[in-house]
Amino acid sequence: MFPPQFDYHRASSIDDALELLERHAADDPRILAGGHSLLPDLKNGRASPRALVDIGEIDALRGIGSGADVESGADSGADETAIGALTTYADILESDRLQRHAPVLTDATSVLADLQIRNRGTIGGNLTAAEPGADLPAATLAADATVRVRGPDGERAIDAAAFLGADGSEPALRERELVTEVRVPHVEAGGYAKKTHPASGYAMVGVAAVLETDDGTITDARVAATGVLERVVRLAAVEDALVGARVESKTIEAAAERAGETIEPADARSDDHASGEFRVHLLSTYAERALERAVDRVAAGAGGTGTAGDLE
Amino acid sequence: MTDRRADEDAGETAGPTRREDEALLTGRAEYTDDLSDPNATHLAFVRSEYGHAEIGGIDTTAAAGIEGVLGVYTWDDIAVSESPGVLPTSTGSLDCEVPAHPVLARDRVRYQGQPIAAVVAEDRYRARDAVDAVSVEYDPLEAVVDSVAATAEDAPTLFDGAPDNVAATTDQGDREATEEAFADPENVVDVELENNRLISSALEPRAALAEYDAAEDRFTVTMTSQSPHGHRRKLAHTLGLSERQIRVISPSVGGGFGHKGHHHPGEAMAAWCARDLERPVKWTATRSANYLEGAHGRDHRTTAELAIDDDGTIRGLRVETHANVGGYGLDGGASMPGWYGGLLSSQYRIPAIHCETHAIFTNTAPVHSYRGAGRPEAIYVTERLVDVAARELGVDPVELRRRNVIEPDQFPYETPVGASYDSGDYERGLEEALELADYDDLRARGREREDGRLRGVGVACYTESTGGGFESGVVRVHRDGGVTVSAGTHSHGQGHGTTYAHLVADVLEIPTDDIDVMEGDSDSIPTGTGTFGSRSTITGGSAVVESAEAVLAKARRFAAARLEVEPDEVAYANGEFSVRDGDEGGSRSGDDTADTVSFADVAGMAYGWGVPEDMDPGLEETTFYEPDGTAYTFGTHVAVVAIDPETGELELERYVAVDDCGERLEPTIVEGQVHGGVAQGIGQAVSERASYDGDGTLLTNSLDSYAVPRASHLPEIETGQTVTPSPRNPLGVKGIGEAGTIAAPPTVVNAVVDALAHLGVRHVDMPLTDETIWRAIRDSR
Amino acid sequence: MATHDIELTVNETEVELTVDSRTLLVHALRDELGYTGPKVGCESSKCGACTVELDGDAVKSCTVLAVQTDGASVQTVEGFADEDGELHPIQEQFSAEHGLQCGYCTPGMVTTTKHLLESNPDPSREEIRKALKGNICRCTGYQNVVDAVESAAAALAPAESEGESASGDDVDLRTDYPTPGED
Repeated sequence: MFPPQFDYHRASSIDDALELLERHAADDPRILAGGHSLLPDLKNGRASPRALVDIGEIDALRGIGSGADVESGADSGADETAIGALTTYADILESDRLQRHAPVLTDATSVLADLQIRNRGTIGGNLTAAEPGADLPAATLAADATVRVRGPDGERAIDAAAFLGADGSEPALRERELVTEVRVPHVEAGGYAKKTHPASGYAMVGVAAVLETDDGTITDARVAATGVLERVVRLAAVEDALVGARVESKTIEAAAERAGETIEPADARSDDHASGEFRVHLLSTYAERALERAVDRVAAGAGGTGTAGDLE
Repeated sequence: MTDRRADEDAGETAGPTRREDEALLTGRAEYTDDLSDPNATHLAFVRSEYGHAEIGGIDTTAAAGIEGVLGVYTWDDIAVSESPGVLPTSTGSLDCEVPAHPVLARDRVRYQGQPIAAVVAEDRYRARDAVDAVSVEYDPLEAVVDSVAATAEDAPTLFDGAPDNVAATTDQGDREATEEAFADPENVVDVELENNRLISSALEPRAALAEYDAAEDRFTVTMTSQSPHGHRRKLAHTLGLSERQIRVISPSVGGGFGHKGHHHPGEAMAAWCARDLERPVKWTATRSANYLEGAHGRDHRTTAELAIDDDGTIRGLRVETHANVGGYGLDGGASMPGWYGGLLSSQYRIPAIHCETHAIFTNTAPVHSYRGAGRPEAIYVTERLVDVAARELGVDPVELRRRNVIEPDQFPYETPVGASYDSGDYERGLEEALELADYDDLRARGREREDGRLRGVGVACYTESTGGGFESGVVRVHRDGGVTVSAGTHSHGQGHGTTYAHLVADVLEIPTDDIDVMEGDSDSIPTGTGTFGSRSTITGGSAVVESAEAVLAKARRFAAARLEVEPDEVAYANGEFSVRDGDEGGSRSGDDTADTVSFADVAGMAYGWGVPEDMDPGLEETTFYEPDGTAYTFGTHVAVVAIDPETGELELERYVAVDDCGERLEPTIVEGQVHGGVAQGIGQAVSERASYDGDGTLLTNSLDSYAVPRASHLPEIETGQTVTPSPRNPLGVKGIGEAGTIAAPPTVVNAVVDALAHLGVRHVDMPLTDETIWRAIRDSR
Repeated sequence: MATHDIELTVNETEVELTVDSRTLLVHALRDELGYTGPKVGCESSKCGACTVELDGDAVKSCTVLAVQTDGASVQTVEGFADEDGELHPIQEQFSAEHGLQCGYCTPGMVTTTKHLLESNPDPSREEIRKALKGNICRCTGYQNVVDAVESAAAALAPAESEGESASGDDVDLRTDYPTPGED
């Protein structure tokens, strides 16, 4: 219940934050954003840094850019949205732009934790902590988002798979780097389906799906699962089965059937409420549900001719 | 009786339901941890990491050196103190001689979380630092956590005095008659089932603020207690004091459910440390500490058989259960399973019942009463067995219940397991529930739903023994006519303040605003048993009513003196005594004699100069009330479920509860009790289970892993009622606090098994998680 | 260990406070400032008993450091009733519907309800249940809590819009896009 002792430093800017991380490097500093992964870890003894760097007051890290880079103000193009690292879940849900152009993200956010946590938790914190069963890692992976980070060596852009360690490597964020922004490409056909763990509220199984289509044919598919393994994972067999296929329910169902193909139940997470075997079993159902949500949006968008931003 | 509530209920505006509410809603109510004392220190425990281990050594040096740490204690400190330092254990009915639970481990720990050392610091955060700084050397021992496994020959032993880990074996019912019933039965139906271990999970963790007055050699312990006088007795035992030296105050308490009736090391150590340090000591358990230390509830493993004729007539019931009592017998925790069989007859005529109960020590937290305490376990056995029997005989489960239900003219009905049912119309309750649920229509709709899910309908009947023991109730009339009512019960959500005020107002015919209700102070209230076992309205309510009636009788005599008539010539209505119509008051002295005298005037007389010659002054009565026997609540619940066969996902589409708790004094509060009980019962049925790994590590040690129901997990609860007054108390009431936790588990499980029966599923153990249901379906294929 | 001087507004009163880096907001409110309305029911940010309003948002005060609230405005349940002590309509309805028993979860429930009704003035029962996911009640089975939230929504609704909701209120932005002029 009670965090261990640490020093607290409030950063006034990104540069200041980097400077503080450098200066207190010996204290194993951790970045405090919304605090909804870090503070529970501190209270339960899972983390004991001797210094925290609070980035909560850096306004440059907050906000959803309508085509603009929230940090620099530079236009990042109309085909993606930039989300500042400190943007809360509630802010994401309130964004019509994201609702429309990155529904996989808003879908996942809408079932994330609870009302109070959505008011406080941030996308940057969520992706950095990447708790097993967290919803946003799956959504950002399926969205093919890019995570921009700043560190002692400057700025770099990391694709979600590398950032989350979903490509088999270790998560790419280095010490003394902090997430500044998440850029989400616009794809209307996206959806997320979640079996919520009855106690933790994280995903027992969560599947995020994004489809790119051309005239009723699936040209690209990205399907990612959370809750099953320690890290999020792409469901390659499902994706392979989808690409080139027509957008119709039997295709979806057949593809979703393959969701558990590449995951050994013995490798899957297991607890008192759901064994690894059961989680792998659920994958197909939740993949299908996520894909159906994505397909529904293809259908909803089929009649529309307006370009992005028309209604904002 | 004039109903004082009539006025309050008049009008369209919804007023407050309970007088307790305003303080609770505004944050003004004071719970134990809310009490501020600038001089207070904070106690925290070093708890065993292991389920079973010898303690090699404890190094407290580093902890003691932390700034702001006032004391670090181990058993060695207790041993040289004037206190015995052990928690009371009811050993009378046990078959073994085992040591009681020490407040700090002596040399061995028998469950994970058992306190080993205690630290006291100036603030909570320092106490936490000190806990971290204590290092304990463990020599881990093999652990056993399952009650059946613990009786195996090669199982590790917890206590030398109980070499087979058996705390007690108890018989209930008639073994011989039952064997006869099973000698040549037309059919025998059996089930093997587990009643899952639960954690009561009151939202407020247990807490205490202990103060010691050295000059008086006297303690005041403010604590989260369902039973202030009970805790006074237990604290006296642990501290080696007389009860008169301890005052227990129980302020606002955030839910009890049995857990806050038990005695644990926390409160006792707070007191012990307060004396040692001569400073107030506050102890507030964290959620995980509360989960580790227990007491947990349920945890039975049971085999049961029913002898039944082809025509559905039940002939006999035979039950054997292993009840896990954990690492120590806490209070009566180890002997409690011995009377669990008392409700095995449920609502049925069962000529022969026998139940053998084994209470077993394991390396788990102590087990004790949790909302229901033995009754849910017993009813679950019978109601599952009846359902299984119906299916095997090919009759509707409801029809089988109708065939065996105890008839209204059979009351009082003596069961073979020692229960004497007071009153009831069980079949009417059943029919009401079926009608409310539209059972025939549900049956007609069949199992397959249009959406591919499987529909199941479950019905369970129950009885509940309520209102044991005595209670005190005081009605004190002040000189101005104001009234203070007190009782030895304690309200922590049940709204006694509202109920008792209404009861007394009804008798005294004065406004409830003139009545205060006080509970939870062992110095101010003569004595008490406390609030548990659905007993408060029956015992506390009857006690305060009897006191109020005695007060009114005495007031009438004062009034008669003033009115110069005989007491039986005095009429009383709406707070005013007058000469009864038709009685002309022939003895009255003249025109200047008062025609009426108010209740407040009478109070003034009682404490004024010149009390009438044949009367004693004062207007206050104390009643120690014990009911004329147990009141048996009963009812029938119905659940409708839909199951996704692919995922095992369970939706509780409907939940219908028809309960008969006799007279309903406060219908809204009664319904609230039903809702809450059903919610906890559904929690047991679908998601809650305290689970340990083989080493005795509690896997569900927080709300991240122990799944208490959230709002979205629960259905709308549809309630109905029948009213059969109890003849065993003057109010005609029966308790309702635990009905839901008793009825809901078999109701939900019966519904789920109903949905899956066509697949060959006969029984599924709780909790019915998605995976459990999915496996039941898969394994049946 | 570092301490910090902070200034914050609690229930419209400005306070100055010295806190340790690690002091949680809930402990600062309860132990330092005496606002004991927010309760502690768990240590994993699950129970919601500690819910307060922080700069207008319902948050769990056990998952915020006190030092983070320097310059912020906090409202606890103690600040709900008006100056004359008249209960807030949400508080009134919790009592009227018997939406509380032991009362320990109630300050959090009331605070979350306020936030819900500000963003969704006319929620369905299902929406209410979902919105209360972060507030555990062990006594009521939530049924009367949901009733209380519904009644509070009705009590807070402007008189003229009682009954049918105005068109456009229920548009789901995910699938339905009002075209200009339709509203």
